[in-house]
Amino acid sequence: MSHTATSLTITDLACERGARRVFDGLSLSLEGGEALVLTGPNGVGKSSLLRQIAGLVEVSSGSISLAPADEDHPMAARLHYVGHLDALKPAMSVHETARFWADFYGGAADVMPALDAFDLVPLATLPVAYLSAGQKRRLGLSRLLLASRVLWLLDEPTVGLDTASIERLKGLMEAHLEGGGMIMAATHLDLGLAQARHFNLADVARQVTA
Amino acid sequence: MRRAFSAVLMRDLRLATRAGGGGGMAVFFFLIVVTIVPLGIGPDLNLLAMIAPGMLWVGLLLSALLTLDRLFQADFEDGSMDILMMGDLPLEALVAAKAVGHWLTTGLPLVIAAPLLGLLLNLDESAYPPLMLAMLLGSPALSFLGTIGAALTVGVRRGGLLASLLVMPFYIPVLIFGVGAASAATSAMPSGVYGQSLSLLGAVSLVSLVVGPVAAAVALRANLR
Repeated sequence: MSHTATSLTITDLACERGARRVFDGLSLSLEGGEALVLTGPNGVGKSSLLRQIAGLVEVSSGSISLAPADEDHPMAARLHYVGHLDALKPAMSVHETARFWADFYGGAADVMPALDAFDLVPLATLPVAYLSAGQKRRLGLSRLLLASRVLWLLDEPTVGLDTASIERLKGLMEAHLEGGGMIMAATHLDLGLAQARHFNLADVARQVTA
Repeated sequence: MRRAFSAVLMRDLRLATRAGGGGGMAVFFFLIVVTIVPLGIGPDLNLLAMIAPGMLWVGLLLSALLTLDRLFQADFEDGSMDILMMGDLPLEALVAAKAVGHWLTTGLPLVIAAPLLGLLLNLDESAYPPLMLAMLLGSPALSFLGTIGAALTVGVRRGGLLASLLVMPFYIPVLIFGVGAASAATSAMPSGVYGQSLSLLGAVSLVSLVVGPVAAAVALRANLR
C-alpha cells in the first residue's frame, strides 16, 4: 500500500448549484501523506467541493487532477467518498453489504479485517435494519478499508460516532496518511489529526461576493 | 469489471427476494390483472380465448411498468447511487446489470407464469409455446427500455407514474408484435405472420439492449450531476 509522488491539484475551480454560484477561483493542492480539513459555515460549499472531486457534481470551470495519471481507471474510481448518506440496504446483513462493496470495488477478498477495524464483527450477520445510527456510520466508513484507494473524501465522518469510534477512525486515518495516502475532510469537529492543514472555504467565498 | 457487474446483479437479485424488495409483486399484479378480466367480461369462453394473448401481453406490460421505479430510485435515496457511479464499472454497464436484474425478477417469472394464467382465460393449449416464446423474446425489451424512463425520473418524488408515461410509447412496438405472434399461432392468419412477428420482436429487443443502457446512462449523468 505505498503511493509514490501522489498529489491532488485543484486549479481555479468554480461550482454552481442551480443558478447560484457557490464558489469560484478555488485553487489548492494536496500531497501524499497530507490531510486537509475543510471548514466554513453551512452552505459555503464544503460538500459540493468534495462531490466535485468525486465526480458527482459537475465542474463548472477549472480543473481537478489526481497524480500520478492513470489511464485505466477514471478518477472517481481512485478515491473513496463517504458522504452524509451511508448507502446501506436495510434488508442486507452487515457482512453481505461489505462483501458487495469489496466485489464492486474489486478490492479485499476477505472483508473481516475491515469490519474488525470498526468493531463490527459481532454484528456481521445482523441485517442493517437493526443497526443504530452510529453502527450504520461505522459500516459506511468500513468502505475505506475494503479497497485501497489513495484519496479519502470524508464529509462529516464523525457524525453519530461515539468517542471510541472517533479514536478508531483517527488511528485509521493516521495509518492511511503514513502509507502516503491523502485525506480531505469537511468537518465542524476537530478530527485530532496533528498534521492536518486547515482550509476555510469562507475565505474563498468572500472573494466571490466582493 | 466482470466482478463488479456480477456484484451489482447479485445484490439486486438478493434485494428483490428479501422482504420489501418487491420481487413477487410483479407476478401477483399480473395474476390480479388476468383474474379480474373474466369477472369483468363474463364467462364467454370463446371471447376469452380470443382476447387471451392480448390480455396476457397487457398484463405483462403493466407489471413491468409497476416495478420500474425501483430500478434506480431506492439506490438514489439511500446514497448507493453515488457509490455505484464511482466504480470502475462504466455507467452503461451498471444500467445493463440493473436491467438484467429487473428482467430476471419480473420479466422471466411472468413468462413462466403465463401458461398458468392462460388457463384462466381459456387460452388454447397449442398457443402456450408460441406465446411463451414471444414473451421470452419481447420481455427483455421491457426491462431495457424501462431503464430510460427510470433514469429520467430518478430524483423526482413519486416518479413512478411519470416513468410509466415516458416509457409506454416505447413499449407499443413490443405489444403489437408480441400480440401479433401469439394470435398468429392460434387463429388462421396467413402463414409467415408468426415468423415475421417473432423476428421483429427479437429486433426490438436487440435494439433495446444497446439503446436502453446508453440512453439511461446519459439521463443519469444529466440528472444526478
